[in-house]
Amino acid sequence: MSALVVQGLSRHFGGVQALSEVSFTVDAGERRLIIGPNGAGKTTLFNMLSGIFTVSGGSIVLLGRDITRLPPYERARMGLARTFQITNLFPRLSVFDNVLLALQAADENAFALHRPMRASRHLYRRAEALLAEWGLASTAAQLAKDISYGEQRQIDLILAMAVQPRVLLLDEPTAGLSAAEVVRVVALVHSLPREMTILMIEHDMDVAFDLADRITVLHQGRLIAEGDREAIRANPQVSEIYLGVE
Amino acid sequence: MSEPAPIHTRPWIAAGSLAGILLALALPYLLSSYYLGLVIKMVIFALFAMSLDLLIGYTGLASLGHAAYFGVAAYATGLVALRLGWNVWLALPAGMLMAALTGALFGLLALRARGSYFLMITLALSQVLWGIAFGWRSLTGGDDGLPDVPRPDLGLPWSLTDNTPFYYFVLVIAGVAAFLLIRIVNSPFGYALRGVRESETRMLALGYNVWRYKYVSFVLASVFAGLAGCLYVYFNRFVSPDYVHVVRSAEVLLMVILGGAGSLIGPAIGAALIVLFENVVSAHTERWLMVLGFVYVIVTLYAPRGLTGLVQDFRKRSARP
Repeated sequence: MSALVVQGLSRHFGGVQALSEVSFTVDAGERRLIIGPNGAGKTTLFNMLSGIFTVSGGSIVLLGRDITRLPPYERARMGLARTFQITNLFPRLSVFDNVLLALQAADENAFALHRPMRASRHLYRRAEALLAEWGLASTAAQLAKDISYGEQRQIDLILAMAVQPRVLLLDEPTAGLSAAEVVRVVALVHSLPREMTILMIEHDMDVAFDLADRITVLHQGRLIAEGDREAIRANPQVSEIYLGVE
Repeated sequence: MSEPAPIHTRPWIAAGSLAGILLALALPYLLSSYYLGLVIKMVIFALFAMSLDLLIGYTGLASLGHAAYFGVAAYATGLVALRLGWNVWLALPAGMLMAALTGALFGLLALRARGSYFLMITLALSQVLWGIAFGWRSLTGGDDGLPDVPRPDLGLPWSLTDNTPFYYFVLVIAGVAAFLLIRIVNSPFGYALRGVRESETRMLALGYNVWRYKYVSFVLASVFAGLAGCLYVYFNRFVSPDYVHVVRSAEVLLMVILGGAGSLIGPAIGAALIVLFENVVSAHTERWLMVLGFVYVIVTLYAPRGLTGLVQDFRKRSARP
């Protein structure tokens, strides 16, 4: 089964056509890279896939179900998770509480008013384990807005993966990270279970080509090429508009 | 929110709370009836401010129409007590039910907007109620209001027309309500409200039905505001369109901001201070609203996070070596 089928997807903001007639299919377990120059419509595409933006035209099928009109939280419950290009945490909550809220999303007591949060011991244990695994245990008590940018980017990733998604959208996960942090994030993405489908927007070509099975190239809101690494490297149109080689 | 207080401060907190409770119980024997009345008003408005804090401080929804639910409940309780002779155990739930229904209806409309638009819509909706209270003379008595609402009769040997037993009555009900509010903000639901306050898009991406959390929070805040309104109509034995007026909404908003949103205790203290301050100022001048405006400007300039914010900053500074 395909993890994601996008058909003729379009979005305009007033008179600006941000995305026009984009169609592609991502197989289950595939690692798909989405590249394109600034303004190509990559993040717009992610916002439509995750449901933050409504669709102007076309359809989205996730794991066999049409989600074109589904609200974002129901898409998340189906197993779709995402990170954000601009770090999107709970800034005035502690790092620990950030992770706790992510873990709680799928919990049966997420809407309970009558029991104390502290009764959810299993969530506290998992949050501790997750932070320890990532070497971020020392930041647990700090507010998310007070930790370093690199740490924030990693927490952003932890929040997306805490819900154990089936399809994961990564929006420039290594942007602004130090070389050492990039290595850690790449190793982490490599270590994710193979059955997890990953769509990734990335500007760092070394990172990007290394992680991807297939690559989709967007330019000015249109899909202009799709194929494996070699095919994209060899594509003269892609070289011209994206890699800047004349 | 999961930052526990350092261990060595815990005994002080426990001792302080115990002293506070004992003082609250002893107050009728320390104060004259007049000042006890002032304290009753403080307790009622503390509950009112805490209910608004659930919206502003925990859910991130700044409402400028919170008096609507306070006033609707006050009118409902006053009317059924006066016209139908219902006793307090029916009249209180009737008032809270009216507040809940009003909140459930207004929430549907107001939660379509965000930020300052949300604020404007809540303001407009509450003014609609003010217009009804002012205009529908046969039901509400218009600007004369409804006088002579009887104090509750609990069937006890003490009459609640005396402020001392009435004070204990208010203290118990407001105490139970405060306990429930504290439980709510420390529940999984309450944690999720903080998440909504901090980032709606992240909550959506995680799979939270953000609208449902906001709506339930809105209705709950209305019910607790309604309870405060019910107590206030029994206290004053009177209800008028002033109860739902925007000035009252602005006043309770200032109580929350002065005390520090998102702490429950802060807005309760803010409410007590404003009630006290209003009492002092009104003895000297009629221009209370102007003074209130000055207080607002000073707080937003010098203590934008309120008194609890000041205390936190002070603690941080003194914790640093």
